[in-house]
Amino acid sequence: MKTNLYSSGQNTSLVLLRILIGWHFLYEGIIKVYNPAWTAKGYLLSASILKPFFNWLSGDSLIGIVDTLNIVGLLAVGAGLLLGLKIRWACVGGIALLALYYLAHPPFGGLEQGPAEGSYWIVNKNLIEIGALVVLYQFPSYYSFGIEKLFSREKPETVNG
Amino acid sequence: MKKEDNLFNLSRRDLLKGLAGVPFLGAVWYAGAKTTVDAKREKKFLLEQLNIKASPPPPTGSMEGKPIRLGIIGFGIRGEQLCRALGFATKQWLADMKESAEKNSNDTRLSEFLDQENLNVKITAVCDVFDVNAERVIDSFSTPENKVKRYATHKELLSSGEVDAVIIATPDHWHAPMATDAVNAGVHVYIEKPMTHTITETYVLRDAVKNNPKVVLQVGHQHRQTQSFLTAMDIIAKKTLGHVSLVTTNTNRNDDNGAWQYDIHEKASPQTINWDLFLGNAPKVEFNKEHFFRWRKWWAYGSGLSGDLLTHDYDRLNCILKMGIPRSVMASGGIYTHRDGRNVPDVLQVNMEYPDFSTGSSQEDGKEKGMTFVYSATLGNQFDRPTYLMGHDATMELGNVISIYADARSTRFADMIKEGRIDPSVPIYQYNPLANATDAVTSATAKYFANKGLLWTYRDGKRVDSTFLHMREWLSCIRNGGKPSCGIQEGFEEAISAHMAGLSYKLGRRIEWDPQEEKVIAKPGEDLDAVLIANEEKVVVV
Repeated sequence: MKTNLYSSGQNTSLVLLRILIGWHFLYEGIIKVYNPAWTAKGYLLSASILKPFFNWLSGDSLIGIVDTLNIVGLLAVGAGLLLGLKIRWACVGGIALLALYYLAHPPFGGLEQGPAEGSYWIVNKNLIEIGALVVLYQFPSYYSFGIEKLFSREKPETVNG
Repeated sequence: MKKEDNLFNLSRRDLLKGLAGVPFLGAVWYAGAKTTVDAKREKKFLLEQLNIKASPPPPTGSMEGKPIRLGIIGFGIRGEQLCRALGFATKQWLADMKESAEKNSNDTRLSEFLDQENLNVKITAVCDVFDVNAERVIDSFSTPENKVKRYATHKELLSSGEVDAVIIATPDHWHAPMATDAVNAGVHVYIEKPMTHTITETYVLRDAVKNNPKVVLQVGHQHRQTQSFLTAMDIIAKKTLGHVSLVTTNTNRNDDNGAWQYDIHEKASPQTINWDLFLGNAPKVEFNKEHFFRWRKWWAYGSGLSGDLLTHDYDRLNCILKMGIPRSVMASGGIYTHRDGRNVPDVLQVNMEYPDFSTGSSQEDGKEKGMTFVYSATLGNQFDRPTYLMGHDATMELGNVISIYADARSTRFADMIKEGRIDPSVPIYQYNPLANATDAVTSATAKYFANKGLLWTYRDGKRVDSTFLHMREWLSCIRNGGKPSCGIQEGFEEAISAHMAGLSYKLGRRIEWDPQEEKVIAKPGEDLDAVLIANEEKVVVV
């Protein structure tokens, strides 16, 4: 039985990590949903590497779709992680979004940095959050906390019949 | 574990654990929505209180009809830029831009030029004292149907019958004589700033335009086309800032090109340059390549910071405030950063006094009146100092983006500051031509991007060359009627104010304006024009 592979402390830690990241994504998404004037244009236009790609995304024809996809992505990843629904998909989606944020403004020496509350070199909070989602992907905490538990065929009760 | 009789056939404990994320989701959603909705309500409240109408300038008229025939007088650095704004680029520039765009896909100068609207004009004539410049025009802008003709003098060009309008982009000392002749010949004029080189010329040109009402004269202050300026005018009209007592504007440059150390062309010689014609009314001196290419460095041909760059900032503010000619001007400065033989200052501070001017007051009648306009310039440092309009109630930072900050001691906003609805350190209003909406409260990130100029634009979300828009407005007035935004009255105010600053610098004293007589006040026997163009640094060393 999968749930017994980890101690309850390990399980709780994984669930806690999932909730924290889900919370963060969901809140970012909601703030943007309720603020129709929000756009990623400035962020994309000021990309420090892969400029042609990010400038293409920020073009008049695409920026509306990009903004919508970003908001939907943030909400879906956030809700998935918080509710415990399609956790692995949410992890992949979250990693993809964070990778884009990271690549637009990577904290590499020599590149111009936007406003930040700390000091970063190569590793910043986006990258750490990516790392945390990789952990969640590898150790999905389905069984102790989350909707997926309700649909799981491998319910703990049924194992011992 | 006891099974419960429910949909999922789970224990109550497992069901709770399964659905435990739902309240988190609800809480986060509620918090996010409430924060944003509350902020929006506050923003809306503030915007309603301020009631500022953000509007771009109206589009100018149709370019249809017969092509307007243009003569180019002066095809130096600025003349070439003006021609590009009209849709004419030299072969050399096109080749250079093509190469640059191939090397760097972010260089969109060529594609922006090619995308520019056709203004339906043709260049039929050129007049330039330097053979190389005149030949570049003929070589690049001639077509099989329309060969550009070169004229030795502007008078020959004006009387040729080949031009409807002229672009004057010569050294300053030729501006007014040429413009006056053109206006009197019934030819429309686009004239670079400063409009004139002396006080007398300013009156002569104004009279000529008054006597030829059909001629459209536009002074080349393209800043008049900046998208934010109508919004700025509305901000003043709504008395948002309260009584503005101080306006500060600046020029900050720190490179040789910015200090007018332009390249000297390898083909320049007495054989290729008509030196006597270049000198015109300037003192006779021997042929001098430096004077020819770097004429902005001498009072005999140029007017230094006061005529060259103060005029931009003065006109930008005059466009918004309509403050007109100052009652008095005091200026000081020196040649502190480019001691290369020039005689115009490269560091200059100008204080213009407007004792009767007011943008409105939120305090008791009579307490506030009067304003100082400060222009501060150095050609030895390029730290960006924004333009500020400083009022009792608020401060406006003026650029492509407009930001307004309430003053902590404001009368008008006192209650809202006390209630915590306004934070004096956060803009209460921000106008950004590219943002989807006007913003009352901005984030550090948004401000960062805006300040970097990334969100700047001019029309319909597209970057447009403001010189193109200024030219277009001029051409539209010629075709469809109407008054250009920088016509003779605006040019008159610009020129007189700049000359007062130049005189104050040179004479080391306060220069006063008599608004009733419309005259710059001179001491008995004093010839102010002679002082102004005297080709020495200062007439009186203080």
